Amino acid sequence: MDILFLLIPLSVALVLVVGLAFWWSVRSGQFDDLEGPAHRILEDDDAADK
Amino acid sequence: MKSRGLAAVVQRGKWPRTQPMTGTIDNAAAARDISDCYHCGLPLPAAVEHEVVIGGAARAMCCAGCEAVASAIVAAGLDDYYLRRDNYPQSPREALPQVISQLTVFDQPDIQDRFVTEPAAHEREASLILEGITCPACVWLNETHLIHQNGVVAVNINYTTNRAVVRWDTQQTSLSQILAAINAIGYRAFPYDAQSLEASHKREARSLLARFAIAGLGTMQVMMYALPRYLADNGIDQGLYSLMNWAALILTTPVVFYSSLPFMSGAWRDIHNRRVGMDVPVAAAIIIAFTASVLATVTGEGEVYFDSVAMFVFFLLGARYLELKARHKAASHLESLSHAMPATANKLTGFPQSANSELVPAGSLTEGEYVLVRPGETIPADGVIEQGDSEIDESLMTGESMPVKKLQGQLVAGGSINRGNPLVVRVQRVGAETILSAIVKLMERASASRPRLQQITDRVAARFVAVILLLAVATAIWWLNNDAARTLPIVVSVLIVTCPCALALATPMAMAVATSSAAKRGLLVTRSHALETLARATHFVVDKTGTLTRGKPSVHAVYPLNAGREEALALAAALEQGSEHPVATALRNASDTSLCAEKVRNVPGCGVEGVVSGKRMRIGTERFAAGLSADANSGGIDAQIWLADEHAMLAGFDLQDELRPDAAGFIASLRAQGAKISLLSGDRPAIVRDTAMQLGIETWRATMSPEDKLEYVKALQAQGAVVAMIGDGVNDAPVLAQAQVAIALMSGAALAQGAADMVLLSGRLSDLTRLVQYSRRTLRIVRQNLGWAIAYNALAIPLAMTGYVTPWMAAIGMSASSLLVVGNAMRLAGERRAHRLVLVGD
Repeated sequence: MDILFLLIPLSVALVLVVGLAFWWSVRSGQFDDLEGPAHRILEDDDAADK
Repeated sequence: MKSRGLAAVVQRGKWPRTQPMTGTIDNAAAARDISDCYHCGLPLPAAVEHEVVIGGAARAMCCAGCEAVASAIVAAGLDDYYLRRDNYPQSPREALPQVISQLTVFDQPDIQDRFVTEPAAHEREASLILEGITCPACVWLNETHLIHQNGVVAVNINYTTNRAVVRWDTQQTSLSQILAAINAIGYRAFPYDAQSLEASHKREARSLLARFAIAGLGTMQVMMYALPRYLADNGIDQGLYSLMNWAALILTTPVVFYSSLPFMSGAWRDIHNRRVGMDVPVAAAIIIAFTASVLATVTGEGEVYFDSVAMFVFFLLGARYLELKARHKAASHLESLSHAMPATANKLTGFPQSANSELVPAGSLTEGEYVLVRPGETIPADGVIEQGDSEIDESLMTGESMPVKKLQGQLVAGGSINRGNPLVVRVQRVGAETILSAIVKLMERASASRPRLQQITDRVAARFVAVILLLAVATAIWWLNNDAARTLPIVVSVLIVTCPCALALATPMAMAVATSSAAKRGLLVTRSHALETLARATHFVVDKTGTLTRGKPSVHAVYPLNAGREEALALAAALEQGSEHPVATALRNASDTSLCAEKVRNVPGCGVEGVVSGKRMRIGTERFAAGLSADANSGGIDAQIWLADEHAMLAGFDLQDELRPDAAGFIASLRAQGAKISLLSGDRPAIVRDTAMQLGIETWRATMSPEDKLEYVKALQAQGAVVAMIGDGVNDAPVLAQAQVAIALMSGAALAQGAADMVLLSGRLSDLTRLVQYSRRTLRIVRQNLGWAIAYNALAIPLAMTGYVTPWMAAIGMSASSLLVVGNAMRLAGERRAHRLVLVGD
């Protein structure tokens, strides 16, 4: 059971990281267009991302 | 996917050798017709004049526009577009070359102010609306094409909203060149005001989504730490217990201090204004439960409620997010209306002597000036077609997706789109006086005033919250005196379990969703109570002319006496040549004669006199026509209109106003819903009786003056009926004002001063059928929500006060209740469901 004393703090840190990552992704507009990027990935020529 | 019946999927592969064999579009072309334009899919003319070599084979094009666009795409090395696309683009038609000259206006600094930012030195960024995006390949084509332009730094196109953000180097290129580049490949781009409502909506939605997600993550993890406590029977190791509480504390902190901020600030605003809103108990519950839990964690004594707090915030935000989305969707239609008017216009300075045009801001136009509207352009002001005829797309205003044919002399509304030929329009009304802005104002008026139902629920909700707070205090006092240890969880439960959301959220949401869905089908709700009252209407009073009928009579019967049928019609048409009366229009349309009348004299209320082929003639009422000769004899025929010369009666005509094709369905559906229907008309009894019998209306009154109609409606109301009056909006204004809810079928000028609560812009009665059902549905859903809220609270509050509900149960119960109510209201937005409902109703 002692391992929990390591795992619980680890899980807290992990959730905080995930939360921050998600917060950043929403802020940077990654959830604004949920349809276009799904098609864009099929287009092999990435000229638009110059 | 928007598709003209194309089911083709993007296929990678080789170019087809000949045009109609394999490949993406070719499959589609084969399914449609081989003789379609390779670029836009429209049918090819008999003789193919335009060709472009794409993918190693010559492809036939329907017009110079498509040829130019396809050549530009090939020249830019982007012919992959034709392999990628899974839908045809919009046809560029012939509109291309001229539009480019217009774009230089957008380089002017004062115009750019509205939509351009300067993120860096020599760099500018503009938000654009892209028109003509039909499939994801269009996005690829535009992005790739633009980024290859000299001086373009970055491009981003949002496929969902059709918005593009372009950044360019001002030393190398200009906005007009970028817009021209978009034009060259067959799309249209317009500057888009980034400071608009939509931008703020986007920020709002983003921030709420972030808060919601953080709360979700926090809830999940905090629940993990709480679970052992609920499961362990014989206690947990004290150190481990304390560690888990601290972990939960850390993860709940962002939920309380970030995610729940909207509730906190809402509650603070309410307290500051000395009001109690629904955020107050929510905030109180969060603060009390969180503070108590923090104290318990630090001291190591007492219960912790972190899981309940996080879950409560998470579920509440979920309901809020759904509500926000629905509200934004409702606002977007109004937004698109107010952006429909173009910024510029082609003024014809020397018309009709010369065809010189000059590009001016649309707002600077004045009455009587002439503007050129090319195909594909938006008409900049209300006006009359001076030259040309075309098809006009009024879908934004009327919800009618098919373009309407407009001829010379007809009125066109600013904001509608010219889909056919070039038009010269004489400006009549500009800016705030246009039909479009009248519509926007009416819609704003409706959204500014709150429906009666909502006013009531708001008042009830405010009192309800006050009662809840009092109950919480009372509960606290009672438990402190009896079992002090249980006070805290019980008070928190009481605060959490009460759900004012059903009262305060769901009614306005249902109304907003319903109003916007109606507007998209060309039904303007101009007063907020209208939907609710329409749903309660017991009696429908219908006007005949212009409402059940088209208001455009046609010649129904000809009674030839001393002239042949065709001859009589030709003479009548010649005499009526100069008149705009509906009767005259009917007679003119009945014959394509080249005869001309001279010395035409119009006698109001009687008819027209004139000289045709050297003979003096009259057309009009029986007495008026017979007045020309002594021995005129109508032979006992009862006709409406008579034609006579100086010797005898020549012919009689009966006109009939054609019923609207959907009138029968409309009346039948009203009857099926158990509504009483009365037909009121100023026409002759025989005609009104015919119409009433044809449609199955039992109650009808003929030869009614507007005053009679008013009395009739008042009499109905005195018997307790809720009267919905349907009229053409112009002649019926007093009656419309008297009825509890008034619906006008009208278009154009009469809009602004209309007395109607609802306006049917599409002129389709079938839409009205749908509206009636829709309003009932709205009211039903609001009632369901209120009923649920009352039942839930009546059950949950006593249970919570007596201590049978723990805080986490309360959080689940309350959020389930909110989600249920919001989800129920969202059903109104479901277009498909509404249609299915209509089918059942029909």
